[in-house]
Amino acid sequence: MNDGCAQRAFLSGNEAFACGVRLAGPKVISAYPITPQTVVVERLSEMVEDGSLAAEFIHVESEHSALSCAMGACAAGVRTFTATSSQGLLYMAECLPYAAGGRFPIVMMNANRAVALPWNIYGDQSDALSQLACGWIQAYAQSAQEGLDMVLLAYYTAEHPAVRTPFMVNLDGFHLTHTYEVVDIPARADAEAFLPPFETDNRVDFDEPKNMAFSAGPGHCAVFKYKQHAAVLRARAVVAEAEERFARTFGRRYTGLVENYMTQDAEYVLVTLGAVAGLCRDVAAQLRRAGVKAGVVRIRYMRPFPDAELTAALESARAVAVLEKDISPGRAGAVFSEVLGVLAGRPALGAVGGLGGEDIAARDVHAIFDRLRAGETGVYFIGIGGVTI
Amino acid sequence: MTPTAGTIDKNEYFFGHKACAGCGGSLTVRIALKILGPRAVAVLPAGCMSAVGFNFPQLAFLNNAIISTFAGTASMMTGLEAGLRARGERDCTVVGFAGDGGTADIGLQALSGALDRGDNILYICYDNEAYMNTGVQKSGLTPFGARTTTTPAGARVRGNVREKKNMLRIVAAHGAPYAATASVGYLDDYMRKVQKAAGLRGVKYLHVLAPCPTGWGIASDETVEVAKEAVDCGLFPLYEYEGGAFRQTVAPKGGSIERHLRRQRRFQHLTDEDIAHITVRRASET
Repeated sequence: MNDGCAQRAFLSGNEAFACGVRLAGPKVISAYPITPQTVVVERLSEMVEDGSLAAEFIHVESEHSALSCAMGACAAGVRTFTATSSQGLLYMAECLPYAAGGRFPIVMMNANRAVALPWNIYGDQSDALSQLACGWIQAYAQSAQEGLDMVLLAYYTAEHPAVRTPFMVNLDGFHLTHTYEVVDIPARADAEAFLPPFETDNRVDFDEPKNMAFSAGPGHCAVFKYKQHAAVLRARAVVAEAEERFARTFGRRYTGLVENYMTQDAEYVLVTLGAVAGLCRDVAAQLRRAGVKAGVVRIRYMRPFPDAELTAALESARAVAVLEKDISPGRAGAVFSEVLGVLAGRPALGAVGGLGGEDIAARDVHAIFDRLRAGETGVYFIGIGGVTI
Repeated sequence: MTPTAGTIDKNEYFFGHKACAGCGGSLTVRIALKILGPRAVAVLPAGCMSAVGFNFPQLAFLNNAIISTFAGTASMMTGLEAGLRARGERDCTVVGFAGDGGTADIGLQALSGALDRGDNILYICYDNEAYMNTGVQKSGLTPFGARTTTTPAGARVRGNVREKKNMLRIVAAHGAPYAATASVGYLDDYMRKVQKAAGLRGVKYLHVLAPCPTGWGIASDETVEVAKEAVDCGLFPLYEYEGGAFRQTVAPKGGSIERHLRRQRRFQHLTDEDIAHITVRRASET
């Protein structure tokens, strides 16, 4: 795995991700262990030890320090990486908008996991979806291959001068981090051809000293936030540019902020994200064979949010369901709330499932489509039902 | 050679800031940067010095400088040092200036992590003995008896009932290569320690007594005098920890603890018994 040549390997999501990080070549990695992220930092430690990754691995004492340290390294002008999950993401939460506001293009892997209480180490998306407003680009992979590829795409996008924004790549805990598949590992030379070296003037400079991460009062604060917002919106175009370049370099083509499946004439569309999308597509295919015009949209990026892409994909939809692994108590899942904004009042159904690692089966997805076709709206928990009070 | 008033760097690296008149913290920063020079990279967490020094567009550091999160002084220093080393930068010093709360309370975990890793950083705590930036609330380094806005002095409780944490011993217990106390009342001793620390590898820790006229209730021209007096009366001894041993670097000239305390408004409510208690504590510490 260390000879720098393209090859195929049977890898877990975490292992594939670590291979992607090695190809990106960060100079500083700071991380704190948490299940189910641990394997990615263990592999990276081994790569540093065996010399196949010329990085410094910093054993920080917490996730807060992991991201604080990464910000320091990024402010020194080098490519950095960190990884976390769940409680760790929340423990570093103060540093999330800090990194975004400081315009530090750190790439972080987040292994999506439930958030205590109750304690639960298994996969759901409550952690990352609670942090949509923190200013980071947020992408969700559905396979180990996509996870690996997203590392390179993430650095390209995050470090792009038009964007300069940190990037969180999400992998479903266990479902993706710990399951194995055959993965194409790009050659190092190709990765280097794809991903330019990290250049920034937003760094310590002894010829032109900088005061960084400063305060800005009422007169200036909004301007900086406006520029952040604009930068994340510009990431739409940069993602497209990166994917085009990626396809030319590696022969694998991605589909931008969303991935559509049979949505062209679909009347009933299920919107989801992460690894469960494959199951949703299988079910939609079965429904199609039964004459139901079903479709699936997999959201790949929650930030920037795919407003235009969803609007286009849902054009023919009579009703739309959202399947997600999180709940904002007292409202709905975060994705449902966001998708409502593009539906122009059409019926919408929110399905909350997979919380704390609960399995989502084909019958559960069939049931979502059944409810949708029956005209059901609102929010319900798979396996429990709608909330009655 | 430690510089003198005549030979010290005439450049100013920290100026045009909004610190209060007589601020001991700003003196701590100003003098250290004169010793360390333009290749120092300063990290300051939330606190007085970042609040007064980084108000866009009025940025007060001639050096490269950055505000860290409140808890993240040491961890951001670690990242900066690693990043600068990866870029091939040599002969630069990553220096942190954190207050007493930022050091002994919210930043202690990150400092402990850096000490554990042995990162090559210079950490300077400017100790004004309370959360002054937010309006004089008690920190883990507020001394016994001090009145703060969260330890009011009343009929039932006379100010802060706890002793200061001993940061020097906490740092020394981590096996740091160098740790020292200093006072803005003894700038020659402080400058020598900054210079010495900058030449060593690993985590170097300086704990600087930096009076705050606003929070202590002293006149703005009394800062240096009170900081000197605290050393001389034995309440804030100047030590150096190196090679596993402590060494006193300035012999106290003596002086009245009672006079030193009573001139500060934060201690004016203390009874004779309180002052006797503080005096006994001082004796057992030194």
